[in-house]
Amino acid sequence: MVEQRKIKVLVCKPGLDGHDRGAKVLARALRDAGMEVIYTGLHQTPADIVSTIIQEDPDAVMLSMLSGAHNALCPVIMEKLKENGIDDVLVGVGGIIPDEDKTFLEKNGLKGFYGPGTELKTIVEFVKNNLKR
Amino acid sequence: MTEIDESKTLKPTKSERREKFTNLSDIEMKPLYTPEDIKEFNYAKDLGEPGKYPFTRGAYPNMYRGRLWTMRQFAGFGSADQTNKRYKFLLEHGTTGLSVAFSLHTIYGYEADDDKALGEVGKEGVSIDTLKDMETLFSGIDLSKISTSMTINAPASILLAMYIVTAEKQGHSPEKLRGTIQNDILKEYIAQKSWIFPPEPSMRLIVDTIEYCAKNVPQWYTISISGYHIREAGSTAVQELAFTLADGFAYVEAAMERGLDVDDFAPRLSFFFNSHNNFFEEVCKYRAARRIWAKRLKNKYGAKKTESMRLRFHTQTAGVSLSAQEPENNIARVTIQGLAAVLGGTQSLHTNSFDEALCLPTEKAVKIALRTQQIIAHESGVADTVDPLAGSYYVEWLTNKMEEEAEAYFEKIKELGGVIPAIKANFFQKEIANASYKFQREIESKDRIFVGVNDYQLREPCATPLLKIDENVAKVQIENLQLLRNERNNEKVHEILNKLEEAARSTENLMPFIVDAVREYASIGEIMATLKEVFGTYVEDSIF
Repeated sequence: MVEQRKIKVLVCKPGLDGHDRGAKVLARALRDAGMEVIYTGLHQTPADIVSTIIQEDPDAVMLSMLSGAHNALCPVIMEKLKENGIDDVLVGVGGIIPDEDKTFLEKNGLKGFYGPGTELKTIVEFVKNNLKR
Repeated sequence: MTEIDESKTLKPTKSERREKFTNLSDIEMKPLYTPEDIKEFNYAKDLGEPGKYPFTRGAYPNMYRGRLWTMRQFAGFGSADQTNKRYKFLLEHGTTGLSVAFSLHTIYGYEADDDKALGEVGKEGVSIDTLKDMETLFSGIDLSKISTSMTINAPASILLAMYIVTAEKQGHSPEKLRGTIQNDILKEYIAQKSWIFPPEPSMRLIVDTIEYCAKNVPQWYTISISGYHIREAGSTAVQELAFTLADGFAYVEAAMERGLDVDDFAPRLSFFFNSHNNFFEEVCKYRAARRIWAKRLKNKYGAKKTESMRLRFHTQTAGVSLSAQEPENNIARVTIQGLAAVLGGTQSLHTNSFDEALCLPTEKAVKIALRTQQIIAHESGVADTVDPLAGSYYVEWLTNKMEEEAEAYFEKIKELGGVIPAIKANFFQKEIANASYKFQREIESKDRIFVGVNDYQLREPCATPLLKIDENVAKVQIENLQLLRNERNNEKVHEILNKLEEAARSTENLMPFIVDAVREYASIGEIMATLKEVFGTYVEDSIF
């Protein structure tokens, strides 16, 4: 019998934001849904995140951002991924992302934008359905 | 005494809405409470008069009949100049105390132009780098007349020093200053996560501020021992109560180890609690907190002064209880939560604005939040009688129950070797992660209804106007900082920072050195970098 490979997800907290309740709850929900989950912990710079992606080779990266730094940090992460030739990783962002910022982030290759009150299964489905590999 | 027919009153019947009724601490509720539930109840011992040991009924004898609670709205965003304008707006509308929210780069002790500050400057609070920003923040506000609370932890001593020097420049001596620094590092490791140094040197800095203020800034509250963030991170009400008080005991013990007399510093400790949706659970939490604190301070730490045993607290309504969906519903939630805080005897209150699940509050939203407090104070009548819920079988039973459960946690923490070893063993962090995951599962299974979120949903797009922080704030902040670096006496700054480093390596109190450094316009980033050289930094385990 061939064992199906687990989806590997990296849950990240970019920037100085300490609000990690959502990230931790999401990490558990993804794990409970059968995925392999790595949580970076807090205070990750874009360089830290990209180096973890290179090292861990996840299928999806979920960024949790509640401090308002998303427009500044997300494009830097995407840029660095491109520099390293990584284009097959799903990058999702959620937290407090105002509607008006979504278009800008979408143009930079980010997806998701799930905010407070989102059901966990919605995010689990999002990961399953948007993988690039 | 009246006979009670238990078969009729105490057992749940089949016709109930739920199989089990529990509060947010997972304590099961009976349909009815009677004298049977508080058989051992002893008025003098368990409650006492308000303002007297064990303070269950309130910190002061006539409570809000004398003076209403301080209406203190937490505010800070963008530049010092923008926040100064918001403070003046709040003061014009009747706020009675200031409360400063700092930008994340300030909270973590980075200068605005540090790589780590990218995207964060002014977004979650006001951006402060040096004394110059602090002077702007309080420009036109008489610091001898207002009390100010500053939500700052790892660099608390630096911001306090800036406040002292700003007041000095306004012509006011430190004895006149009234306010609070949060300065509660233990809950940072446990929940809010804005730690910088490892726990031991962090505790030293805190005891330094306690010692310094006891001599120089006697009216200042040196720590605001906070449950708020523990709760926001996902704890239950019982965990909030227990972990916060355990932190409080740890500070008392640290200061006593320094050789300070408990009665010299305990009166300057204060608390900060959350107010969530379960009304009675919250009220009983505050009542239990006062009683536990009073008993411990008297019996374990040998406090003699009444002031040392009197737990005073600030309350903020629960940010996590707010919904991004149909944000106006939050006005109702905040009203219930604010009412619980008042009936629980809070000394000051921040009511959240209805738009806070989406952004920092707009002027309109913050005005409604303040008006909510004013309506509770002046229209509801609840402020006219002290502790009106006392004597209710349910309220007294639940107050006892929360005390009991908190005591069980104190035992566990003791077994782990105290608060710091328990932090290092991730005890609190795991307890909170488990509770928050459980809560989320209950929401998802509709075991708990969150109106407008998991039931009664309207699929309407959100039309609430949002407060947007101008990206230009960072640019201007950085330009000003660079300008200042050229203007100040850099030789002197360097010399003072060297002295600070030397003192950090000894056991000297660091506060006087920090005051000297900020006076010469050393930045928060420079002072923290100096201390990091000596103390190192803390790294947490990334558990979930």
